[in-house]
Amino acid sequence: MEANYRDMDERLWNYIDGTSEVAERSAIEQLIQTNAEWKAKYHELLDVNSLLQSSELEEPSLRFTKNVMEEIARLHIAPAAGSYINNRVIWGIGIFFITVILGFLVYGFGQIDWSSSDGKMPVDFGKIDYSKFFNNTYMNIFIMINVVLGLFLLDRYFANKRKKFREEI
Amino acid sequence: MSTGLNDSEIISKVLTGDQQAYAELVTRYQNYVFTLAFRFTKNREDAEEVSQDIFVKAYRALADFKGNSKFSTWLYTIVNNTCITFLRKKKLQTHSLDKEGVFEVADSQDSGLRANQVEQKSKVAMVNNAIKMLGADDAEIITLFYKSEQSLEEIAQILGLETNTAKVRLHRARTRLKEKMQQHFSEEVKDIYN
Repeated sequence: MEANYRDMDERLWNYIDGTSEVAERSAIEQLIQTNAEWKAKYHELLDVNSLLQSSELEEPSLRFTKNVMEEIARLHIAPAAGSYINNRVIWGIGIFFITVILGFLVYGFGQIDWSSSDGKMPVDFGKIDYSKFFNNTYMNIFIMINVVLGLFLLDRYFANKRKKFREEI
Repeated sequence: MSTGLNDSEIISKVLTGDQQAYAELVTRYQNYVFTLAFRFTKNREDAEEVSQDIFVKAYRALADFKGNSKFSTWLYTIVNNTCITFLRKKKLQTHSLDKEGVFEVADSQDSGLRANQVEQKSKVAMVNNAIKMLGADDAEIITLFYKSEQSLEEIAQILGLETNTAKVRLHRARTRLKEKMQQHFSEEVKDIYN
């Protein structure tokens, strides 16, 4: 019963907002004309709608615009995000990670002995020695590459800032 | 004083260095922004501070406005994000739509309102007070739809929702508003319906 009311409400609100399809609109018009319950509900919602249209906006203090203008007087418009997000750097990072993942996959598949599998999985995941891959040497190399990349990005960031600062001067 | 320029023309002027032109945009949208902020903060001082912050943020980010949507839609997205951040900072609950508790919270925040109910007979005052009693989510969507000239598609964009979800939210908000009016302003509602 409650679901029916909710459905009636939603359909009527769509009708009032003008978001119903043409067929739905004529169906609702028919219901409003022939069904007393629909008619009463329609008028009730229509009253709420007109009340909402009559609601007023709040007003800030009289000094509001002046306060905002004083605040922004010390500021500059920030450059558009597109101008400082360098697409080539993003592509570079993406290509690096894809290469690393592909490298691992090629290396992994290269280690598998496909000929000795008799219809079974060629790898026994329980017997894989993960410490072989996650040992100090590999981790150090991985961290070093990331540090170098990080420093490179930091350098680019400061170079851009320096350039802009010189341009402003 | 109005310059007669449209929003895009004013923005172009501001971007080419005419900072004073921004005052026209502030004047044009201050009531909308302040009303939306007030619906969240339920407090004039906080709403004023948040609104000021919104206009400063919008100014700083103006170069990012590409004109793909109306300026107002872009601005209200900043309003929505800033108000949500403000509420988080204040550690107030952002009222979820499906929580019944939202009414109690709104009631407790606006306990002073009921004292004035007897005097506030006008329809406009009644509906404004009923909106203030709603949770922030409901009050925001109603204000965006009825007062800020935003379509359901634009509201969905501002709130980061699907259009149908925005539509359902709006229906629910209006239903809750109707309940609020019947609950707290039954006499006035009777006068209107009769």
